[in-house]
Amino acid sequence: MRGGGILAALAALAALALVPVLAAAQQDMPPAPYAYRQLDDPAQEAEAQALMETLRCLKCQSQSIADSDAPMAGDMRHQVRTRIAAGEEPEEIRAWLVRRYGDYVSYAPVIGETTWPLFAVPLALLLVAGAILWRRLRGAR
Amino acid sequence: MRWWWIPLLLFALFLGVAAYQLNQPKDDFVPSAMIGEPLPAFDLPPALDGVPGVSSADFRDGKPRLLNIWASWCVPCIAEAPQLERLREEGAEIVGVAIRDRPEDVAAFLDRYGNPYTRIGADDLSQVQLAIGSSGVPETFVIDGEGRITHQHIGDIRAEHVPRLLEELRKAGR
Repeated sequence: MRGGGILAALAALAALALVPVLAAAQQDMPPAPYAYRQLDDPAQEAEAQALMETLRCLKCQSQSIADSDAPMAGDMRHQVRTRIAAGEEPEEIRAWLVRRYGDYVSYAPVIGETTWPLFAVPLALLLVAGAILWRRLRGAR
Repeated sequence: MRWWWIPLLLFALFLGVAAYQLNQPKDDFVPSAMIGEPLPAFDLPPALDGVPGVSSADFRDGKPRLLNIWASWCVPCIAEAPQLERLREEGAEIVGVAIRDRPEDVAAFLDRYGNPYTRIGADDLSQVQLAIGSSGVPETFVIDGEGRITHQHIGDIRAEHVPRLLEELRKAGR
């Protein structure tokens, strides 16, 4: 029984040791052509860059695809740059991604059905605090 | 000053909610918003010699299928391999999409862990992955006979997930 436990633990360790090797294999692949290459037209590249900064990396989630070195973020940058180069509007590309991943893919905050309290509550608190302060100050006079 | 404890109570409530949420397991899954939508048009070349590639047209012949997003460099895909084999034995047709992979690596993986796929397409730029709203490997989609996405399974398929996937396939076949 105990021997089995140790063997299982060793097997788990061996499997863990494999993880970096396999993960490295993913990085071995050449990146997508436009993952790290800017578009030739500076105006288009600026458009693409602005859009990439507002899209969330799905693998790393706390970075925009412009900031992430994850291979999938590279593939998303390639997607954005080639579509901009083909003449698509940034808002169309953003809408295309939101149709697939929901608001989650937006790294810029979106006011929606579930997020409006985040914006409304501070405003309401400010109003309440203002009202209380106003009444107090008026009462003090 | 009878109401001095109200802000305190509100603050305590806030702390309580924050402490509770901090202790909830983090849900990293990003579900696809494409469930119920038709499969976007694509045409992928074969990921290795001797196995056909994958196009969206292949899914419109009336037969429901599993679309498995995987890669030879993906560790959970190794854990999933026996379950895919089981699904195949139960009659599921599984179509593979290999993400950012090399033909020789794909061949080595299939030699070692078995080949449950009828077709394997090479998605070197994650184009199909992005088009169907998948955010990682492995993920498995149920596609009905008209090429519509009806179900998404995120992460590796474990033994306990097999009945659900078979059930979803059966539902997609009606």
